[in-house]
Amino acid sequence: MASHNRRIGDQPWVRRSLIGLAMALTIILLVIPVVLIFVQALGTGWSTFAGNVLDEYTLDAIGLTLFVAALTVPLNLVFGTALAWSVTRFRFPGRKLLITLIDIPFAVSPVVAGLLYLLLYGRNGWLGGWLSTHDVQLMFAWPGIVMVTVFVTCPFVARELIPLMQQQGSEEEEAGVVLGASGWRIFRKITLPNIKWALIYGVVLTNARAVGEFGAVSVVSGNIRGETNTLPLHVELLYQDYNIAGAFASASLLAGIAILTLIAKAFVEWRQSQTEDAAPEEGGA
Amino acid sequence: MTTSAQTGVAPVRRLGRRHKRVLPGFGLSLGISLFFVSLVLLLPMTGLVVEASGMTWDQFWFTVTDPRVVESYKVTLWTALAASLFNGLFGLLLAWVLVRYEFPGKRLIDAVVDLPFALPTAVAGITLATLFSQNGWYGQWLAKAGLEVAFTPLGIVVAMAFTSIPFVVRTVQPVLEELSPADEEAAVSLGASDGRVFRKVIFPSLWPAMVTGVALSFTRSLGEFGAIIFIAGNTPYVSEVTSLMIFIRLQEYDYAAASAIAAMVLLASLILLFSINLWQGRYLRRLEGR
Repeated sequence: MASHNRRIGDQPWVRRSLIGLAMALTIILLVIPVVLIFVQALGTGWSTFAGNVLDEYTLDAIGLTLFVAALTVPLNLVFGTALAWSVTRFRFPGRKLLITLIDIPFAVSPVVAGLLYLLLYGRNGWLGGWLSTHDVQLMFAWPGIVMVTVFVTCPFVARELIPLMQQQGSEEEEAGVVLGASGWRIFRKITLPNIKWALIYGVVLTNARAVGEFGAVSVVSGNIRGETNTLPLHVELLYQDYNIAGAFASASLLAGIAILTLIAKAFVEWRQSQTEDAAPEEGGA
Repeated sequence: MTTSAQTGVAPVRRLGRRHKRVLPGFGLSLGISLFFVSLVLLLPMTGLVVEASGMTWDQFWFTVTDPRVVESYKVTLWTALAASLFNGLFGLLLAWVLVRYEFPGKRLIDAVVDLPFALPTAVAGITLATLFSQNGWYGQWLAKAGLEVAFTPLGIVVAMAFTSIPFVVRTVQPVLEELSPADEEAAVSLGASDGRVFRKVIFPSLWPAMVTGVALSFTRSLGEFGAIIFIAGNTPYVSEVTSLMIFIRLQEYDYAAASAIAAMVLLASLILLFSINLWQGRYLRRLEGR
């Protein structure tokens, strides 16, 4: 920027006080809380921490949480990609409505989300009643946890992809059609390389939320230790048992995933800016 | 978009007048999307409708206007409003600092802003409760100032504000980045004070994004549960949020009452969601139309 054209807020004292205030608030509100999690988890020593993490019920909770994420992420990856493809590559009546509908999980309280599933698939629900006569129990069991987690995390991949695919336009893919490539080949060779990083970040976000969902899971889980207790529910259970070190040990694992998520985001943004710099002529597309 | 019409290679189906489909996969991708949206998002709503329609209007009204529930609406509304207004200011400050200045640690701040979206709410809840408890790192200092946060409605504000920090920053940041410096520099060179330039030149471009961010933050705060229950103390009539009321009714196996309250909450969130989307659509069109 030209330095002789002064813009507002450039005076050293304004600059310094605004940066200082932003830094102070960020440290108080965001950095110190993370520090506290690890201090509480490790404050009683590494061996206690290891003991807390390797506790039988904690390991069960970790296992269930990973299992739920492993089922949720691929489902939402397929859905998010299909949805982004349909709303960015085609125009059709109801397209705007569809884009709004996928935001529902962002607006709905997780407790309400859990309740919706409980009412439908629970023993008294119109679908759940039928299922239970066929000995299928979804609620208060792992399938229910997977179902609400899919609900809560379904916007993430689509939300990451839609703006990017909209901005990139479909000229390259149309060229592929002209050259006679099959649909799958076009997607793999043209679309996928373009959306790779956004897709990865969408997956990372989906995973972070799938691993960390609390409210919705809490409604449909039934909190059976060793069976339907996910890691966030385990954190609550330990905290309410006044096992603070144990609660924070499990919490620190989740915080670790959160930090990895932030690193992944920074990396993806860096990669995207690299590809944009490498191909500036595509900027107008 | 005109290239496709000229090539004429792919089978072109018509829908609408302006756009013709060249790319494959319309049926498959839309089919998957509609199937998923119906099964995952819409079908579960029928359960609520069935449950709530099993009540008479009087029962429904009695349940949703129960004094304890009404108190929870009030608490939820004012704490969510306070939290999102705080985030409006904090978000504007962060966005401004991140866009306008270069300083050491800037990348770290930019990355850490998203922490509340990545951190599980239960973890945020126990962390904030520990920080603000009487012996906590923050609580002991606030106690000296006579301020109690943990186990009061103020704790709810803190939890709501924390979980929705990223919204305003991430809506204002791109707008601030795209703002052309010309008007601002002209106003400055004509001798307007900085405050006046901000109010008359910059703020008019920023406020639609701020409104969007604050509204998103408000919507999220209304529904927040995990982070709140650990710090709120959950005293009936004082620090119970509506999400918790639904949860309590469920634990009492009063599914009808839980559904009635949930129907109110769901209605409010859907109205908010559709209004935000309409508002954003209008505002984006205005930006693009220039």
